[in-house]
Amino acid sequence: MKLAVLCCWFAIGLFLLALPLSAQQTPAASSPATASSAPHSEVSKEVSDKLAQLDQRVTAAQAAGDNAWMLTSAALVLMMTGPGLALFYGGLVRRKNTLAMMMQSFAMMGLISVLWALVGYSLAFGGDGPVIGNFHYAFLRGVGMDPNVDYAGTIPHLTFMIYQMMFAVITPALITGATAERMKFSGTVLFMTLWFFVVYAPLAHMVWGKGGFLNAAGGRFPCLDFAGGTVVHISSGVSALVCALYMGKRIGFPKQPMPPHSLVLSFIGACLLWVGWFGFNAGSALAANGLAASAFVATHLGAAAAAIGWSVAEWFKNGKASALGAISGAVAGLVAITPAAGFVRPMPAMVIGLAAGILCYFMVTRVKEVFGYDDALDAFGVHGAGGTIGALLTGVFAQQIVNPIFGPGNPVGGRDGHWGQVGNQLVGVLIAWGVALVGTIVILKITDLVTGFRANEEQETQGLDISQHGEEAYYFES
Amino acid sequence: MMKLEAIIQPSRFESVKDALREIGIEGMTVTEVRGHGRQKGHTEVYRGREYTVDLLPKIKLEMVLPDKLVNTVVDTILKTAKTGKIGDGKIFISRVEEAIRIRNEERGESAL
Repeated sequence: MKLAVLCCWFAIGLFLLALPLSAQQTPAASSPATASSAPHSEVSKEVSDKLAQLDQRVTAAQAAGDNAWMLTSAALVLMMTGPGLALFYGGLVRRKNTLAMMMQSFAMMGLISVLWALVGYSLAFGGDGPVIGNFHYAFLRGVGMDPNVDYAGTIPHLTFMIYQMMFAVITPALITGATAERMKFSGTVLFMTLWFFVVYAPLAHMVWGKGGFLNAAGGRFPCLDFAGGTVVHISSGVSALVCALYMGKRIGFPKQPMPPHSLVLSFIGACLLWVGWFGFNAGSALAANGLAASAFVATHLGAAAAAIGWSVAEWFKNGKASALGAISGAVAGLVAITPAAGFVRPMPAMVIGLAAGILCYFMVTRVKEVFGYDDALDAFGVHGAGGTIGALLTGVFAQQIVNPIFGPGNPVGGRDGHWGQVGNQLVGVLIAWGVALVGTIVILKITDLVTGFRANEEQETQGLDISQHGEEAYYFES
Repeated sequence: MMKLEAIIQPSRFESVKDALREIGIEGMTVTEVRGHGRQKGHTEVYRGREYTVDLLPKIKLEMVLPDKLVNTVVDTILKTAKTGKIGDGKIFISRVEEAIRIRNEERGESAL
């Protein structure tokens, strides 16, 4: 990028040097219409024309670079849902529920994508209301190749829309970790549809939408959430906890052993999540710039430190560092670094990751046991808890040297001396918890009345693959 | 005719099979089984949840032999399957009434 700009300036220099010569030689040929006016204005017009052209080309070059990165990022984020999350969750359940688990993620790739295009995008990013958008962009009306300068001035509006769509797709899929092995498919579809409208779209608008009251740039409570700590992880994690409590435990839990049927699948899934997360976090810079690089580095180091944190905690506790522990730790770190990625330096990123790795280990082992809820795959323990600690620590470690979001020279987080930001983060966290709690309870009641939410005893015992989808993940006789 | 069932450690199976082939044993039926005797299982921990795995994987060999071969086979299995630790398995021997080859309806020891 720098090289291209340098070349452009070099070209301008050469052009300016050559100008007097060409002006003397071919004044009439170059612009016969203005031949009668003074040569001086003729030259300056030509220069300004050329400069405008050059300016256009530079902008186009930047737009091309940004667009390439953002389309790639959108694809990376989709890869997090399928196959990433589908494999991660699919491997953690018992064999009889593998396909149902994967299908719950995959169904979101269909369902939420369509809802997003119909009205979801507009509700999240249309208008400038404090709580929710409007129907301005419904059916993607007016969403075309020209940029939407409110959000990302260098990429096509369509690119921004599809990138944000992938976030909307993965968020509800995360919830299915808590309800694993006992949620009906019809109930899943209805619940997720309602959840998308009641919880996701409003939260996305509040935090990221123009005029949203939690928006870091100009909201009433400027809450820093670079890539979705509140919108994606707290919302899904807290809703997951509500779902797990509402549904009750799986039959036989906790007496009957329910070990993961294939940690190999989970392992591949977690690694795909890690890679996809670069699109999630570094892509949230919405451009292929220095901020994207900073977020990329913070993301990676956060995940690495968290994998170490969880493993060490486990090593102390059980005498062994397990593969499941290491990959769970990495995911917890990725969750926690999500809101912070575009605001913190590399060393604080590691601190955030380490804290998340240890805290989430404690959440899924001790806290879950004490309260006895059956958050089957730890959607709350990892996303709810990791998202919360990440959102709060973002307020502590955010620095204007990384991202001067409150204007040049203005302090951003506690590291800059602006400790009030931790308070703003807390407001964001509480709002996200509140919307998720209340919204999910209401939606669960509605779902239960219409389709039912939980599979019946016979279906659950038989396994959701056969009872919900009429197929098996592993057919050894064939 | 005698039927011999040997339950052995999976890690010893290849050696046992090779040793039996060396003394001229032609046929056997092998099953992967799970079970336990005096050997204790182990615990596995998944995200803090402890599971005790007390049924351990074993290999079961089944073969029906002419009476005169039984002792040699038992000796061979004892020699090759033994590690000296708890969990090495057991051998069960029982009498067999009849053997019939399905292909040509041959009966008795010649069907083996």
